[in-house]
Amino acid sequence: MVTETGTHTFESLELDCGVTLSQVDAAYETYGSLNADRSNAILVAHAFSGDAHAAGDGGWWFNMIGPGLAFDTDKYFVICSNVLGGCRGTTGPGSINPVTGQRWAMTFPQVTIADMVRLQKKLVDRLGIERLLAVAGGSMGGMQALEWAVTYPESVAAALPIATTAQHSAQQIAFNEVGRQAIMADPDWAAGNYYGQKLPGTGLKLARMVGHITYMSDDSMREKFGRRVRANETSPGGEQFEVESYLQYQGYKFVDRFDANSYIYITRAMDTFDLTQRGALGVLFDGMKARFLVISFTSDWLYPSYQSLEIASALRGRNCDVAYCNLDSRYGHDAFLVEVDKQKEVVAGFLASTFRDVTRQKAQPQKVQRG
Amino acid sequence: MDNLLFEIIGELVNPGTRVLDLGCGEGELLDWLKEHKHVDGRGVELAGPKVQRAIARGVSVYQGNLESAVTDYPDHVFDYVILSQTLQETRDPLRVLNGMLRVGKRAIVTFPNFGHYSVRWATMWAGKAPRTDLFPHEWFDSPNIHFLSVLDFESLAERQGWRLEKRVFVSKQKQITAFPNLMAEVAVFLVSAQSK
Repeated sequence: MVTETGTHTFESLELDCGVTLSQVDAAYETYGSLNADRSNAILVAHAFSGDAHAAGDGGWWFNMIGPGLAFDTDKYFVICSNVLGGCRGTTGPGSINPVTGQRWAMTFPQVTIADMVRLQKKLVDRLGIERLLAVAGGSMGGMQALEWAVTYPESVAAALPIATTAQHSAQQIAFNEVGRQAIMADPDWAAGNYYGQKLPGTGLKLARMVGHITYMSDDSMREKFGRRVRANETSPGGEQFEVESYLQYQGYKFVDRFDANSYIYITRAMDTFDLTQRGALGVLFDGMKARFLVISFTSDWLYPSYQSLEIASALRGRNCDVAYCNLDSRYGHDAFLVEVDKQKEVVAGFLASTFRDVTRQKAQPQKVQRG
Repeated sequence: MDNLLFEIIGELVNPGTRVLDLGCGEGELLDWLKEHKHVDGRGVELAGPKVQRAIARGVSVYQGNLESAVTDYPDHVFDYVILSQTLQETRDPLRVLNGMLRVGKRAIVTFPNFGHYSVRWATMWAGKAPRTDLFPHEWFDSPNIHFLSVLDFESLAERQGWRLEKRVFVSKQKQITAFPNLMAEVAVFLVSAQSK
C-alpha cells in the first residue's frame, strides 16, 4: 500500500468564534494512489481520540482501510488528517501561538466541528482534489462527514456518517463534562499551563476510563471481562477485577499519547455540534446531491440508533439518496471500529456503486440527474 | 417466478423513472430495474441481513418498517411505488396502498391470489388453512396475515376510486388472461389514483 505522511501549513484559518488563526498545521496521511481524473479520493475523518494514522500497523481503522478492505486502497486514494485542536501534528492548544511564542494552552480559541472541516477543505484543495468521492467517519468522524456534506455539497459525491448524531444529546454532553472535570480537578492541570512540567495524568486517565465505559456495552464487557479477577499487589485483598485493570491500563496508555487540553477542546467541539441550529435537518438537506450511507449499531447506547434514524429520515423526507442500516452488534459504540465484516460489506458496496455513478456522470455529463 | 415477475414489472415501468420498492428484500428487483430500465431506485426493508446485502449490491435501501416508512416521503416524488408479494403481510394494507398512491404517481402491486383453485380446493377438501405451493406456510408461522384474491383487490380499487391501468396474471410461469380469479397464481396491478 502506497503510504505518504505529511504536514501542510496554511497561512490563516477563520474560525466560527470570529478569531483567525495564522500558520495552521494540518498533519495527514494518504494511502493508495490518486487516479488520473482525481475522482477516487476519500477523506476519512477520525473520532475523538484518533489521529492521521488511520491505516496500516497501529492505524485506528487498520481493519477497514487497505488493499481489498472496505476502503480499498487498490481502488481509492484515502486521506486522513488530524483534527484542528488535536495533539498529533495538527495545530491545537499544545501548539505555539505564533504571536506570543508561548504555547496556546487555554488561550487557544474554542474550535468547532465546522472549523475542523474548514481546515480539511483547505488540505483537500491543497492536495489538488476538487471533489471527494466520499467523506466517511464514525462518532466525531461522522459529525465531520455530515458537516462536509452540508457545508460543501458540491465537493462530496457521498457521505458516510457512522454511529453519529446531528447534535450531541444531554447524555453525551454529560459524559464529556465528567471527563473535563476530572482533568480540571487534577492539581497538575494548573489551569492548562502544565507544558514542560508534570502532566495532569491522574485526571486524564480518569477521563479516559469513563470514556471507555461508554464505548462498550453491558454484553461486550460481560464477554470480555465477566467477573474474572487477577492478582494485584496494590489492591485490597491482593486482587482486582479484570475490568478494573483494563480501564486503568487504557487510561494509563492514553496519558502518553494525548494532550489534556486537547481533550477539553475537542470534547467541547463535539458538545457544541448541532446542525439543527442552522435550520431543521430537512431544510439543510434540501437539494442535497450527495448520496448518504448512514450506519448505526444495535448495542451502541452512546450514539443510539435513533440519532442516525433522525439523519436518515430527514434525508428521506427531502427525497435524497440515502441508505440506512442498523447493524447488529454486541460491541456498543466501539462497533464502528471492530464490527468489521458487516460494515465492510455495506461500505464497500456503497463506495463501489458511488464510484460507478461518478465515473458514468463524468462520461455523460448531460445525464446527471441524481438527487 | 422472480425473473418472470421482474420482466412483467419491467414492462410496466417506463425507463429512466424514479422507483420506490417497499419490502425490497435484497434489492434484486431494484438492481434489475436499474440495469434494464435505468431507473433511479430506492428501497425499504426491515430485515437487517437483507438490507446489508442490498446496500452491498449498490441499492439505496432504508432499514425500517415499510408501513411507517411510506409516510416520510413527500407527495408524488416517485413515478412508481412497488409492493411485490408483500401486501398480504402488511398490518394495514389500505393505509399502505394509500401511502403508495400519495408518494408515487402510480403503484405496482403484486400478490399471491388467494382465489386460486388450488387454495379453494385445499381449504374445501381438508377443511384446514390451505398449504399449497402458493401459500406454503403452516397457519401459525405464516407471514401472511391478510388473504386476498384478484376479485377482492378489484372491488377494493372500485370502492376507493382507483384506476387499474393494467393487470397481468401469471400461472405456471406464463401470463394468462382467462378466469384470473380462479386461475392466476400471482396478480400484478398498475394502479393510479382516479383524480389525476
